[in-house]
Amino acid sequence: MMKRRDCLEILKKHIKDEIVVAAYSTAHDWLDINDRPLNYFSFGAMGLGSSHGLGLALARPERKVVVFDGDGSLLMNLGTLVTIGAAQPKNFIHTVWHNGSYEANGGHPLPNRDVDFVGLAKSAGYGKVYRLDDIRNFEQQIGAILKEEGPVFVDVIIEQGPIVPREYDEMYKPERRRKLREVLGA
Amino acid sequence: MNATTNPAQTGDALHGPAIIKAVKDAGVTYVLSVPDLHTAKGLLTPITADKDLTLIRTCKEDECLGIAAGLSYGNKRALILIQYTGFLYALNAIRGVGVEHKMPMAMMIGLLGKEPGVPPQQSKRYGLRIIEPILDVMGIERHYIDVDADIPKVTAAINKAYEISQPVALLIGRKPV
Repeated sequence: MMKRRDCLEILKKHIKDEIVVAAYSTAHDWLDINDRPLNYFSFGAMGLGSSHGLGLALARPERKVVVFDGDGSLLMNLGTLVTIGAAQPKNFIHTVWHNGSYEANGGHPLPNRDVDFVGLAKSAGYGKVYRLDDIRNFEQQIGAILKEEGPVFVDVIIEQGPIVPREYDEMYKPERRRKLREVLGA
Repeated sequence: MNATTNPAQTGDALHGPAIIKAVKDAGVTYVLSVPDLHTAKGLLTPITADKDLTLIRTCKEDECLGIAAGLSYGNKRALILIQYTGFLYALNAIRGVGVEHKMPMAMMIGLLGKEPGVPPQQSKRYGLRIIEPILDVMGIERHYIDVDADIPKVTAAINKAYEISQPVALLIGRKPV
């Protein structure tokens, strides 16, 4: 099992001009580690990160879109796997940060923390699926995975992070979305 | 059917192709939809065959709000085509993505089961009576599309939603033909 921040530090070395769509606790850590204009923090309702990402991927086919989803978030919008599997966006990488808990909501467990996201994603139509639970494997594989043609799904098995109050106002600032639009020319 | 009861002949009809043209005139290129019996034949079926529109079939209505938000970052306009029950299901996403974060959302909402000629708030169906009051309390602009004469409102309403970045609801009262 891995620590989320260790994985994000590795990802920072590989993320260049991709749009990163991040949600909740992973978004918090990613903002702290790699604050950049091409970050898009999922907003509006829990579970919609991958849906925001699908829209971005369809609208910006010239760029890779990498979603950092939560496991509780994905369970709240599980049909998104089928929608994405049908749409087949070639520039779409969907990672789910799987710690078995609603970390942002107090750390209570998922109804079933061992849910097989990889199996669900594969049957939904994702072309490539991975499960990474060892930091050495993560470091060795994630760069190549990010270069693959989508839709790709990666189940990232991590420890639960600290249960602390999270402040979301900073990541949801309208200026951030305006800056992203500027960078994308939208 | 005699001349007095044929909607197409009395001018009381709502024609799907004219609605689709109005949507396309507003620059919409994506349709995001969960099928709705009210609009399935008159709108969704011809949209499926329309080469100017890309249809993304979603599993739940709230997905559409996220997808439409993402599409806006490529200057792509979307129509969210759903039933009123799906609108009720997706209220939290509409609240968060559309209203609080001020994203452009063009929602076309089928009022399945509404009695012909009866305003939605006077319907016998509870679910239909509450739609307009909910939109009003959320501060979402709404337009009632019931006959062909209402269709010109569609293009203007979608254009406005995208120009000033806000949600709009287009309520389809009569089943389009």
